[in-house]
Amino acid sequence: MSTSAERLEFRNVATVRELAQRLEDLTDRPMAVMHVCGSHEQAIARFGLRAVFPKDLDVIMGPGCPVCVTDLPEVDEAVVLARQGVHIASYGDMLRVPGTVQSLTDAQSDGAKIHVVYSPRQAVDLAREMPDEQVVFFASGFETTAVATAAVIVDPDLPDNFSVLSAHKYIPPVMEIVAEMPQTRVEGFLAAGHAATITGWGIFEKFVERHKLPVVVAGFEPADILAGLVELVTLVRDRTPRVVNTFPRCVTKEGNLPAQRELWRVFRTIGGQWRGIAHIPNGNLRLRDEWAHVDARERFPIDLTTLWDYAPPRLAADCICGDIMSGIASPNDCKLFGNACVPDTPVGACMVSTEGTCRIWQQYGGRPNLGNVAPPPPAARGGVA
Amino acid sequence: MCLGVPGCVISIDGSLAVVDFWGVRRSVRLDIVDEPVAVGDYILNHVGHAIRRIPPESIAETLAMYEELMAADESDPMTADISAEIAGTLK
Repeated sequence: MSTSAERLEFRNVATVRELAQRLEDLTDRPMAVMHVCGSHEQAIARFGLRAVFPKDLDVIMGPGCPVCVTDLPEVDEAVVLARQGVHIASYGDMLRVPGTVQSLTDAQSDGAKIHVVYSPRQAVDLAREMPDEQVVFFASGFETTAVATAAVIVDPDLPDNFSVLSAHKYIPPVMEIVAEMPQTRVEGFLAAGHAATITGWGIFEKFVERHKLPVVVAGFEPADILAGLVELVTLVRDRTPRVVNTFPRCVTKEGNLPAQRELWRVFRTIGGQWRGIAHIPNGNLRLRDEWAHVDARERFPIDLTTLWDYAPPRLAADCICGDIMSGIASPNDCKLFGNACVPDTPVGACMVSTEGTCRIWQQYGGRPNLGNVAPPPPAARGGVA
Repeated sequence: MCLGVPGCVISIDGSLAVVDFWGVRRSVRLDIVDEPVAVGDYILNHVGHAIRRIPPESIAETLAMYEELMAADESDPMTADISAEIAGTLK
């Protein structure tokens, strides 16, 4: 398989080597850029790309993990519903995200009925199989995933024992907040390819105008990411902030219009806390009033004070997930990382999700420490794939 | 979770398509795909819905990354994400 892949230009080792060299030449001063996508971090870590990034170029993962930014009270709402006897269906990563006192997995050990699904449609099927039970789909994800939830909600044949508890998040507003954080060093953004498949790259033009920071849309291949960074660093150096799309095979300027139509027909944006980061104006996607009959928040009483009898987990106070997702700290700055906080017993949400920075660094070794290693001669470099 | 997974459209019935993912055939919704889809096209599936008709000239390069990832085992988060994307379609 890899031999046929290597013949393709984007996986070509010589191409990767050349891109890495260009990036090295372009980075003539310390620079920090941010990507906002768990899949980007997975690819960077998996293919060992930080080993070929220039020493002066800090590529930070921002709030690109929708599961990780799900706020405590959102998890609490699902836990309270589950404790009332409602069946909760959700993506697997959501089950272990800590709430104020319990995760859904904790609630499950206490007898709550929790189901893992891989799509909203499977949650609907679950409701059809149990017509006498209430099934709530605890929905998480950015706009890419929210469009699928929307497509299910507009289905006129939806069973009436199915409802949605939306924890969906909308990426463009959080980029504004991170760009405005006083302690931020970020000089440009690498936007996630598949989220932009939905919204189109045109959505970033206003951001660029407002913040004078460049945005480059990039794909997930090692060469895609390097090419995106070469473009981004060039724009930062030249002080020419604009949007550049280096992933045309998946992203257009307008994006997926039918999906956007369904998204905004079902959801509206409201402000809300993203776990550990900040209140993000327009950062949360909630159901519009006309879909109240599918909205778990409208259909069920959700009294969070019923959780007050429980003691909160003791280690959570030391967790710095929020600083990590804001790009201010890295997992290595956290005293829990790899010690008290590991994938089997996560303290923070960043260690729970396969898209969380800490989980990815734990899995793939994170930032290779090459401080004491002399760089190999150019001919030996580039074996990143 | 935002990665999506590409597959080849085998047949179409209304807004439901049978899609082949490396030999695994599953049903995928077509209600929010960006362009009209025909049999033989490749689509990008995300949580049970086609979100993009992959341009024909981009199919080979799109598939290559996935093929390498699928060669790894399930302890690899990217591989696990791809398996989850296929699991998100309907049987």
